[in-house]
Amino acid sequence: MPGTFDGETVTRRRFMTAVTHSAGGVAAMAFTLPALGFAIGPLFSREPFDWQPIGPTSDFTEQTYVTRVLTIVQGIGEAGNSIAYVRKRDPAIDTEPEDQYNHFVALSSRCMHLGCPVRFVSAAQRFICPCHGGVYDFRGMVAGGPPVRPLDRFYTRVTSAGMVELGPRYSVNSELHRFSPRDPGQPLDGVGQYLYPKRFDTSILPQS
Amino acid sequence: MPKLPAPPLPKSLQPRPKRPGENGNGAVRPVEAAQEAGITVVDWIDERTSLSGGIRWLLFRKVPKGINWFYTLGSATMFAFLNQAVTGVFLAMFYRPDAAGGAYESVRYITDDAFLGQLVRAMHKWGASVMIILIFLHMARVFFFGAYKYPRELTWIIGVVLLILTLAMGFTGYLLPFDQRSYWATIVGVNINGTGPFIGPYLSDFLRAGPEFGATTLSRFYAIHMMLIPGLIAALIGAHLYLITKLGISAPPWIKAQEDPGLRESQV
Ligand code: HEM
Ligand code: FES
Repeated sequence: MPGTFDGETVTRRRFMTAVTHSAGGVAAMAFTLPALGFAIGPLFSREPFDWQPIGPTSDFTEQTYVTRVLTIVQGIGEAGNSIAYVRKRDPAIDTEPEDQYNHFVALSSRCMHLGCPVRFVSAAQRFICPCHGGVYDFRGMVAGGPPVRPLDRFYTRVTSAGMVELGPRYSVNSELHRFSPRDPGQPLDGVGQYLYPKRFDTSILPQS
Repeated sequence: MPKLPAPPLPKSLQPRPKRPGENGNGAVRPVEAAQEAGITVVDWIDERTSLSGGIRWLLFRKVPKGINWFYTLGSATMFAFLNQAVTGVFLAMFYRPDAAGGAYESVRYITDDAFLGQLVRAMHKWGASVMIILIFLHMARVFFFGAYKYPRELTWIIGVVLLILTLAMGFTGYLLPFDQRSYWATIVGVNINGTGPFIGPYLSDFLRAGPEFGATTLSRFYAIHMMLIPGLIAALIGAHLYLITKLGISAPPWIKAQEDPGLRESQV
């Protein structure tokens, strides 16, 4: 090799270049990696959730929805609130299998097109979205417009004292199979569930 | 138009050329020093930096025949960006990224109470739309003049990144007033990002800092809007301008290359 002493395999110049580059790389990584990790940290931190009491069982009927405001993010006022539409399960229309978490049906008001708040219009027995004309039927199934899947739901349970409580949100496909909560606009039928994988930061129902 | 001859001045009033050190001992008189102060400072800096060469390189270039007003659209976009930068810095002195109501209140204060606040906010708000319009007009000019062709592809690619960053400025800035429109538009916008397959859900989580619109979503948007993207845009405008100066501005497509008559004769 030119510019080397006898028996040298790496020249001093090349060695110094490598050392300088590595030192620079280490120094740059020393501030980029922690900063990056800090920025994407929230993607991996799963918030614990609390069951929120929303009223005694006698508040709810099979015939119509009752509106309940629940706090999904603490400390930011109204921006942290969300709305649930709650009714009693009606075996005549609710064909999905019954278990301990759906004696009461609680629909999220979040439109499954892009997330605007839907409103239950009792005269039409439908949920209507103000943004782009999404319409859902009484069970929250898509009846028209751009939404890609039925309205999300909340787990519900009834305490021994006869109080209805709301748990975490979950998403459903058009057959009302449950999925961990997805954002609006992400279909869950067919390949949808693979195109839009579950995330690491959504509240889940603790295994009981 | 012929110039009228100046009336003859009496000898005593005629300006005479200055001679340095007129008082005899060769020293510069204070009056002279004061008169030349500006030049002295510029000279002092230039002697140490050679900046004047760079400025001449950037500003006193040759441009091709036939360039027209459409060539000013890029500079117009840059001035729109500078307007956003300046007004934005001063808005930041009053703005509070507090999702519990402080953000809305601080914007209300800027608009209703602060001296000239309404004007500066309006300049920023309308300037944002102006910048978007200008950047598209500039891009259209470059496209229709074929100015993106060799060797200017990289200028175009940097331009595309600038366009995306500018749109991202619009998206992140829209949330800051934190009224109903801001909030729901951001919900919708973040969910549109979420519809990208595979990475969409994680991109939404990144933008919101979690699965739901949360306490730090607003400050995250604010930091991206006022620090991250403006820094990138400023740096990329620098690269864009470097390439424009380096390559020279392109001639309009209807200007034909001029043949050298001498060359033609010698070829016959
Ligand atoms: C922040 C946004 C931008 C700024 C400040 C900016 C600035 C400029 C300026 C000052 C020029 C000089 C000539 C002229 O004004 O026409 C220029 C030229 C150019 N720009 Fe941009 N620009 C921006 C965005 C874009 C975009 C979005 C594109 C295309 C995708 C683009 C592509 C080009 C190209 C290819 C040229 C060279 C044109 C030629 O040589 O004739 N720029 N830009
Ligand atoms: S968000 Fe409901 S229809 Fe678009």
